[in-house]
Amino acid sequence: MAEIHVMISSCERNVGIATAIRRKPVLANFTSKLQQTMADEDEVKLFGMWASPYSRRVELALKLKGIPFQYVEEDLSSKSCLLLKYNPVHQKIPVLVHNGKPIAESLVIMEYIDETWTNNPILPQDPYDRAMARFWAKFIDEKLLMTARKVSFASGKEKEQVIDEITEQLKLLESELQGKEYFSGPSIGYLDIVASVLVFWFGNVQEALGVDMFTQEKFPIIFGWIGKVFEIDAVKECRIPKEKHLEYIRTRLEALKSASK
Amino acid sequence: MADDVILLDFWSSPFAMRVRIALAEKGIDYESREEDLSNKSALLLKMNPVHKQIPVLIHKGRPVCESLIIVQYIDEVWRDKSPLLPSHPYDRADTRFWADFVDKKIYPTGKLVWGATGEVQEAAKKGLIGCFKLLEGELGDKLYFGGESFGFMDVSLIPFYSWFYALETCGKLSIITECPKLVAWAKRCMERESVSKSLPDQYKMYCFLMELKKKYEGK
Repeated sequence: MAEIHVMISSCERNVGIATAIRRKPVLANFTSKLQQTMADEDEVKLFGMWASPYSRRVELALKLKGIPFQYVEEDLSSKSCLLLKYNPVHQKIPVLVHNGKPIAESLVIMEYIDETWTNNPILPQDPYDRAMARFWAKFIDEKLLMTARKVSFASGKEKEQVIDEITEQLKLLESELQGKEYFSGPSIGYLDIVASVLVFWFGNVQEALGVDMFTQEKFPIIFGWIGKVFEIDAVKECRIPKEKHLEYIRTRLEALKSASK
Repeated sequence: MADDVILLDFWSSPFAMRVRIALAEKGIDYESREEDLSNKSALLLKMNPVHKQIPVLIHKGRPVCESLIIVQYIDEVWRDKSPLLPSHPYDRADTRFWADFVDKKIYPTGKLVWGATGEVQEAAKKGLIGCFKLLEGELGDKLYFGGESFGFMDVSLIPFYSWFYALETCGKLSIITECPKLVAWAKRCMERESVSKSLPDQYKMYCFLMELKKKYEGK
């Protein structure tokens, strides 16, 4: 008997090696059919959470690319064994699992999606434009969203200072939209997808908290962009149900306030 | 030409070290301008108005900020020599994930080991060794995190080797005892000229960090 190593051509280093033992000449037909089947079966799963802007942005990227995927809703108060297996380091959503191989961290996932499915590119081609897109995406995640979180916990003068900080950061972001249809230029792309948190999350958080930090009067260009973005079908499909979201934010806030007492 | 590439730099910044290493790996001529961080230059404030921080790479007059973004930019522009990122999308995602881990975990935790005291420092020590062991697991028996070749993840992590004397002295720990493979990897990286010329002496770094610590404690 001889062993045959079957290399899965389209993802040879990732899928691994299946070993088959030659018994009859029909094995040659079997292995080529197996290869064809595996190339056709591109299994994509997204472990996410409906209220997470990080999860929603990956969904949006997949939908804009027309990539079929299975969505798995995670209960973050009781994380599944699969999530802990696929993201043992951070134990967080979103996690994209492509043909059994996990990728974590939303910005990393988005670049993976763009490099794997090259139709409808979401990142620009030019290295400088790519660097700018990455810079502003990092700004949104590490500055804007971190500052926005503080609003929930702050009160009085401190709250005013946090809101001033958010206003300054949103103004900086808004300047990136000057003279453009979308952050990415004439069509929606990577930075618009990352900035979709403004579309889905900011307005609802503001309403739930009763603060006035994100209005059309203050940010007319961003609101103009939100209107354009909402015309896109994929974006409409990723919309968070408003009442459910408000309830969720209020419940979380109560829980956080109780925990801090 | 060196005029085309300017690096706004600071000798002790691990983030600036990443850029110096990447430029050296690619053999790119550049002008390094050392910033006085207590009195930032007009050029720095103009080129990085958002964060006002180094490193900033200025290429043909246009600024690129944030060290990992700069290193990827360098890799994409000077793509024909010494690629830092692998070519397969999954491997690229893997290396980006771990580079992000260095920023999210190693940097803030390491700062607390040399910068904090008491319970905060103790918790940081445990956290840091835990992170280093995780990285050792990821390295496995490979020469570098990138496999046979020195790459993006190696560039991202190796600057923190310059903190090791400070971490061991302040934290009263022995990284070589806890993580021998990681230290072996670091020494392997230091054999590369791009790395040895970009990292400062560990004792000099320790003295600098202790001055910094005194300044923050005084506030």
